[in-house]
Amino acid sequence: MTTASDNATRAGYFGPYGGQYVPETLMAALEQLSAEYDKAMGDPGFRGDLDRCYREIAGRPSELYFCRRLTEALGGAKIYLKREDMNHTGAHKINNTLGQALLTLRMGKKRVIAETGAGQHGVATAMAAAVFGLDCDVYMGTEDIRRQSLNVFRMRLMGARVIGVSSGQCTLKDALNEAMRDWMGSVEHTHYIIGTVAGPHPFPAMVREFQSCIGREARKQMLSAEGRLPDLIVACVGGGSNAAGIFAPMIADASVRMIGVEAGGRSLNLGDHAASLSLGRPGVLHGSLSYILQDADGQTADVHSVSAGLDYPGVGPELAYWKDIGRVGYTTCGDDEAIDAVVTLSRAEGIIPALESAHAVAEAIKQAPKMKKGQILLVNLSGRGDKDCNEIASILERKGVKI
Amino acid sequence: MNDLKTNRLVQAFAELRAAGKKTLVPFLTAGYPDLAGTRAMLEDFEARGVRVAELGIPFSDPIADGPVIQSSYTEVLASGQRTDQVLEMVREYREGGGKLGLAAMVSYSIVFRHGVQRFLDQCSQAGVDAVLIPDLPLNEAGEVEKLARSRGLANVMLIAPTTQPPRRLEIARHSTGFVYYVSIAGITGERDRLSEATLAAVAELRTHVDLPICVGFGVSNPATVAEVCRVADGAIVGSAIVHRIQQHKDLPPAELAARIGAFVSELLAPVL
Ligand SMILES: Cc1ncc(COP(=O)(O)O)c(C=O)c1O
Repeated sequence: MTTASDNATRAGYFGPYGGQYVPETLMAALEQLSAEYDKAMGDPGFRGDLDRCYREIAGRPSELYFCRRLTEALGGAKIYLKREDMNHTGAHKINNTLGQALLTLRMGKKRVIAETGAGQHGVATAMAAAVFGLDCDVYMGTEDIRRQSLNVFRMRLMGARVIGVSSGQCTLKDALNEAMRDWMGSVEHTHYIIGTVAGPHPFPAMVREFQSCIGREARKQMLSAEGRLPDLIVACVGGGSNAAGIFAPMIADASVRMIGVEAGGRSLNLGDHAASLSLGRPGVLHGSLSYILQDADGQTADVHSVSAGLDYPGVGPELAYWKDIGRVGYTTCGDDEAIDAVVTLSRAEGIIPALESAHAVAEAIKQAPKMKKGQILLVNLSGRGDKDCNEIASILERKGVKI
Repeated sequence: MNDLKTNRLVQAFAELRAAGKKTLVPFLTAGYPDLAGTRAMLEDFEARGVRVAELGIPFSDPIADGPVIQSSYTEVLASGQRTDQVLEMVREYREGGGKLGLAAMVSYSIVFRHGVQRFLDQCSQAGVDAVLIPDLPLNEAGEVEKLARSRGLANVMLIAPTTQPPRRLEIARHSTGFVYYVSIAGITGERDRLSEATLAAVAELRTHVDLPICVGFGVSNPATVAEVCRVADGAIVGSAIVHRIQQHKDLPPAELAARIGAFVSELLAPVL
């Protein structure tokens, strides 16, 4: 097995994790992307463009919001939300698609493709494609097309083509496979906007960087609101982009504890959840070495989550590294707890969270009462729940809960 | 077997070259429609004059493969078959006297999970001659290259149309057994003809590289086999064969092998 020391200093690796496990056909494009990304990050013009996009298109900075009633009800730490749900298009995904769309223009490519689970990354890609006049195809599992139909309509309205994928479990992993296959044949004129901190180098580092505006802002906002950093940050983890975005800028602040919340699904038996970090082991999927859920032969396992955006058997390599070095703790939240958290936050604060983000909220509800009154708990509210309303309504109805 | 010189696949190409011959490399999804069928087809191919074959080890997420090979993988995995059974079939094929040079195409996801050393040991003990890991590009292949070589296994690497010329030569230098030229930027599948650019690129590569060159992805009929073999040492045909297996998979094993064998004979005709 490859050891940590073998890979620790190689570009594109986080400890032993990361790399570029992709067909040779894609290597030239990854190299081109790496070079363009490095050049762009050293170019004040690019950074200026990106900042302007963040401000004028995404509506950044997103607010830091103190949950007064939820805090009082739980009787522990002060709970703050980083309001990524207030961004244009409704989630943190836009931070990344704006960055990658600007890179697409710089590379002279005319078409973008994306995979999407919850549809938020698809919507954010379709939006960026509309803004910059790019052709846009989005791959989406047919099960996700069913449960996130509002987002399918939004993508189409903005001019993107949504291509249903009905292989495997018809969810996020399968959409990613199909987007990769498209890219294999279109790589010369198409950029693939991966929606999370997974995939081959340079995607994990690049997407983390584009999402780091979340943590940079939150750090400043916390200091001005409370004069200090939070004691605990909680974020949900699908591929890991909203978590990496809020964690990375405070990872060097040793006093800040961090918890990533994975989808606990129906149960913790293989096939019933999507908790790759909590319950998986190191393996290779979709271009990088990280924690994944697979069988003893290396075949990817089935996964399940009520939340389409967390329903993925892999996770970004940097989050795997943070696990191994003990910097970030990971836990799970089941489907039912997530649904309960949607109801709780909606009633306490008038904020309907996305099902993905509700996993983080549920963990905060567990942690806050265990913390001291003056302590601070920051939750990354990665997205809003409008897209989930039909799904939540039918789940609540099945459970006999009256709204 | 722990020396590349005595490797069956390496020897097969050496003998072909000495005889001034080119070859067809048929691809089979291992275990499709079942392992007995795969073994029967390998034996049938050998009797028809095939020297080297490629065995695709089913994987749940083959991103370089088109719908035909993908769906064969999905079906095999749904039956419960896993990699250990494929290697067991290869062992039995060898015990039965099978002499084809066999290249196992396998995802690095599988190799890594089994453990690189352990997997390569298992391959060489079973009688596999080469591994071909399509999702392990040059930059990541160092460990496999070293461990395969020390076991007398060839490590076949791929060159794509998008690969820049200096990197092509570097890949060819690190590849053993043969080097696989991917004829199109894209996924596996049947195509009617190859572009002039592909043939020219292979001819150019030929002038720098002594290692056998085989061309695959999209080669699907006798005419393209003939075209490829004007410039390369071998033509790899995958989806066109697997597609026919799919159409006839309900036939009894012997009849299926005969049917597929007849198609392989057509493909072989230009190079025999
Ligand atoms: C609102 C929201 N939060 C979280 C996620 C999970 O992705 P990641 O872990 O990359 O943040 C998604 C993905 O679709 C999402 O839409």
